[in-house]
Amino acid sequence: MEFWRVPLDVDEIQITRGIVYIIENRCKGCGYCIQFCPRQILEFSPKFNQKGYHPPVVKNSDDCVNCHYCEIICPEFAIYSVEVSDELSDSYNEIGDDNEFNEEVNGKSNPHR
Amino acid sequence: MADKLRAAKKQPDHPLDDLLRRDRIPHIWCPGCGIGTAFSSCLNAIKSSGLERKNVVMVSGIGCSGRAAGYVNLDSFHTTHGRAIPFATGLKLGNPDLNVIVFSGDGDLFAIGGNHLIHAARRNMDMTVICVNNLNYGMTGGQVAATTPNMAKTTTTPRGNPETPFNLPHIAYAAGATFVARWTILNTREITKSIEEALLKKGFSFIEVLSPCPINYGRRNKESSQDTLKLYQEKTIIKNGAHPSEIDIDPEKGIILGKFVDLQQPTYIEKYDKICRSLMNH
Repeated sequence: MEFWRVPLDVDEIQITRGIVYIIENRCKGCGYCIQFCPRQILEFSPKFNQKGYHPPVVKNSDDCVNCHYCEIICPEFAIYSVEVSDELSDSYNEIGDDNEFNEEVNGKSNPHR
Repeated sequence: MADKLRAAKKQPDHPLDDLLRRDRIPHIWCPGCGIGTAFSSCLNAIKSSGLERKNVVMVSGIGCSGRAAGYVNLDSFHTTHGRAIPFATGLKLGNPDLNVIVFSGDGDLFAIGGNHLIHAARRNMDMTVICVNNLNYGMTGGQVAATTPNMAKTTTTPRGNPETPFNLPHIAYAAGATFVARWTILNTREITKSIEEALLKKGFSFIEVLSPCPINYGRRNKESSQDTLKLYQEKTIIKNGAHPSEIDIDPEKGIILGKFVDLQQPTYIEKYDKICRSLMNH
């Protein structure tokens, strides 16, 4: 994020982090979450879901600040975010080389969707 | 550690899944329709209000938004056209412990059900009315409605609508509603807050939610759902406490949003108990 001037307490502010989950088969591709994500972390996926729509996909998961706006603007109950707790992010850092887990956190592939 | 990771891997349920009839989802609303957003704010408000689930009921009329009663995992009823408010009135009188939500559209509440709405507001029946205003009769094919803006094109007004639309918050206020608000689906957090306030408040509460109808209204007015939301973003002005007579929907002047009215008045049940029941006891 670019600041017009750097806030004095910028070092103290803790920014929350979130994981975005997408239930692809509920999505109807309206694109509201992509259009209104304040951090612009979503984009249309090139693949189709069961109904033939392009669901969103997370392009840079590290930028999610868990603001829940995608969750509340989604008319389809198809997207939501969950806060990354400290324990979870520790374990996430420890197994940074585990591709399967990494991909899932990054939203690239998810067998549960 | 492994267990923790496995727990992290499992995708949790959607936070509103416990309030939804999941076997009915995905719902029938078109891609880009705002009813889903209004509905999800309503569910969020039910959740955050902390009311007991068995005491919250939802009633809806006919139309696209009328389908909401079939998707909510609470006691709910989908009534005949325009009769959501009389049914809700009966529910509330039969069991005054209930928190009754009427979730319906502009055509149902203000055209065929217009009389019921003004009289429920006049009596100050304790209920929360959420009116999703999509500016036309969406389900039946996009005909002109009581809320269609002047000069807008619909199936029945191909050269533009010659009529003047209703100003819904003004009607509700003039008829006696004690809580009146208007938001667009973009102001999701404000809708949720208003619905929560209305649920916890005694008296007739009316919340208008402006919502895009990309298939039947937007298509004929060269407006995609994204354009409508952009219009909401650029042309709306939040003005809490504005007088309802000054808030006609006119994108050129700016669409005024906010909480306009919040009054305390005795409800119908309170007055009925005081006047009619106390006489019977004597």
